[in-house]
Amino acid sequence: MNEHPPIEVHDLTVAYRKKPVLWDIDFSIPKGKLIGMIGPNGAGKSTLLKAIMGLLPLVSGFVKVYGKPLNKKNNQIAYVPQRESVDWDFPTSALDVVTMGRYNNLSLFGRLKKEDIEIARQSLDRLGMSDYAERQISQLSGGQQQRVFLARALTQNSEIYLMDEPLAGVDASTELAIIELLKELKEQNKTVIVVHHDLHTVADYFDWVMMLNLRMVKFGPVDEVFNNENLKITYGGKLNLLSEMAEKVAQ
Amino acid sequence: MDFWEQTVRFFSLVDANVRYVLAGSVLLGGISGGIGSFTYLQRRSLLSDTVAHSTLPGIGLAFLIIGRKDQLMLLLGAGLTGWLGALCVNYIISRTKIKLDAALGIVLSVFFGLGIVILTAIQKSGSGNQSGLDKFLFGQAALISKSDLYILALLTLLLTVLVVAYYYKLKVFTFDPEFASSLGFSTGWLNLLSSTLLVVTVAIGLQIVGVVLMAAILIIPAAAARQWTQRLSRMIMLAVFFGTISGISGAYISFLAPHLPTGPWMVIVASFILFFSVIAAPGRGALSRLRVHLRNRKKMTREHILKVLFKESMSRNKWDIYYPFDQIMQMWSFTSKELRRGMRGLSKQGLIEVNEAMYKLTRDGIKEGSRIIRLHRLWEVYLTRYLDLPQDHVHRDAEEMEHIITPEVEKELLLLLDKPLFDPHLQEIPYLDYEEANDES
Repeated sequence: MNEHPPIEVHDLTVAYRKKPVLWDIDFSIPKGKLIGMIGPNGAGKSTLLKAIMGLLPLVSGFVKVYGKPLNKKNNQIAYVPQRESVDWDFPTSALDVVTMGRYNNLSLFGRLKKEDIEIARQSLDRLGMSDYAERQISQLSGGQQQRVFLARALTQNSEIYLMDEPLAGVDASTELAIIELLKELKEQNKTVIVVHHDLHTVADYFDWVMMLNLRMVKFGPVDEVFNNENLKITYGGKLNLLSEMAEKVAQ
Repeated sequence: MDFWEQTVRFFSLVDANVRYVLAGSVLLGGISGGIGSFTYLQRRSLLSDTVAHSTLPGIGLAFLIIGRKDQLMLLLGAGLTGWLGALCVNYIISRTKIKLDAALGIVLSVFFGLGIVILTAIQKSGSGNQSGLDKFLFGQAALISKSDLYILALLTLLLTVLVVAYYYKLKVFTFDPEFASSLGFSTGWLNLLSSTLLVVTVAIGLQIVGVVLMAAILIIPAAAARQWTQRLSRMIMLAVFFGTISGISGAYISFLAPHLPTGPWMVIVASFILFFSVIAAPGRGALSRLRVHLRNRKKMTREHILKVLFKESMSRNKWDIYYPFDQIMQMWSFTSKELRRGMRGLSKQGLIEVNEAMYKLTRDGIKEGSRIIRLHRLWEVYLTRYLDLPQDHVHRDAEEMEHIITPEVEKELLLLLDKPLFDPHLQEIPYLDYEEANDES
């Protein structure tokens, strides 16, 4: 094989305060696909994204990006955290948040260039948010805040995007704008993993699906793995033993 | 000497001591405002208080070890135990089930208690040089010397350079630490940097404000600045300004009345600035919220007047009647003051015609009344159709919505409901103004 997959995860185990929340995850992601990640609450979906992004210590295993350990400095992956993870009463504007995607290019004592601001404005525009650029972020609706986060990721111009529940609790027009964006990214042959909660739309929005519940239940093209049987395993109660053992390990 | 003479003497800076005190308080106020802005936004206000109290044992220990009052060494000791305090808080919350607030309280009191014990022991031991250590409790700006000032200036410069160098990283770390980490910025390092900025600022303030009040001078100017602006850079500059003003005022007041200490006065002046900001700042301030509230109330009264007059005329199907004041009052239990003011406003807007204390809707008034009634009834239709609410549940909700629904929402409602002709109570929905406006366009 001469081309490495965008993301390869091998034997990954992650623990919070010694309690394992993801067990022995193995997968390899094909390039240029829209991948939906589903699973019940507490299945470890956000944790998996954070682990890939190197935001959490790994108990075991490794993550490789194009065959090498992730280099965060060169914007290989753009990460979109959950909207609720920040305090939106921070004194800043929508445009200002979006430019944060460009901070990576700043040196010590460095200042933003005109070009950075221009890129940020274009990203806002792609999500239909140009009119809100100067708006204080707490005065944006939930859907608009989500779009600001996505615009911020766009400014990084990455090959891979990890999005944590971008469609949770957004209005219809935001959902539309985000789906439009996902299609665009796919056309540009980017690889996107989206944590998703709405089972009804999985088949419409995504090519591949990752079914997660503390372990990887199934991962593959939607038409092959997204069926009742696998959903039952993912959302069913057969994992009691695993969670029980997790508690024991923590003690 | 009288007040004016004293004031001139203070601001002419002829006394070396005035210069030192003033310079010290200004440096402290300014840098506290700047660093405090980050502390405030990172929600570390209480941590700053814990750190400040934790410096006390360090001062005592440094004195015990070197045996004399060397300012730099004392600050170093203070910084070390202040640091240790912050580390203890971190350790407690990550390794035990004790929550943050309890951990802060525990570390603060234990370190402070320890500090008091050490200081008391030093004072009782009678080693001649010890006097003045207790001044670190509430600060004693008057004792500041030239060499102390050099140390303060150097530390302030160091902090300023650090903030300028790492401004963007600190900003993204403060707003969204996970994203900062995803950009490859070490959150461990930025955390360390933030704590270091905090500890060093506390150390700068010990001599002037003291351990007990230090947190106030960090947090209050920042909290005041936050009220006035929606941009981090402006917030920092404002906080620096407020801190500086507090510093100048504190030094000035304690110069006028030498028995009054500088540090506590700085805190009091800063509190006044905060109090004023919370009340008067545009947007966030209480006054501006009150103004918006009153404006909305006025608008609602006016819309109610138009509504009742429109309804009355509609039911009689006569649009050219003048109604007397008292009759209108009873249509909607208006108070007479309310109604009089409302009518004055409406006639200014050209929506009401007045004739010897009798009132009539103008053409524009009829249109506006029609619009409000329509919004009310459309909302009722929407609630019954889409939320399956029974008819008798929808009126109160619509009472509120009629004042809020924007033209865009109205358009959406009309599309969704297919322009209904009757509300759930089978009253006609008026489209008077709507049709006219659409004909024109």
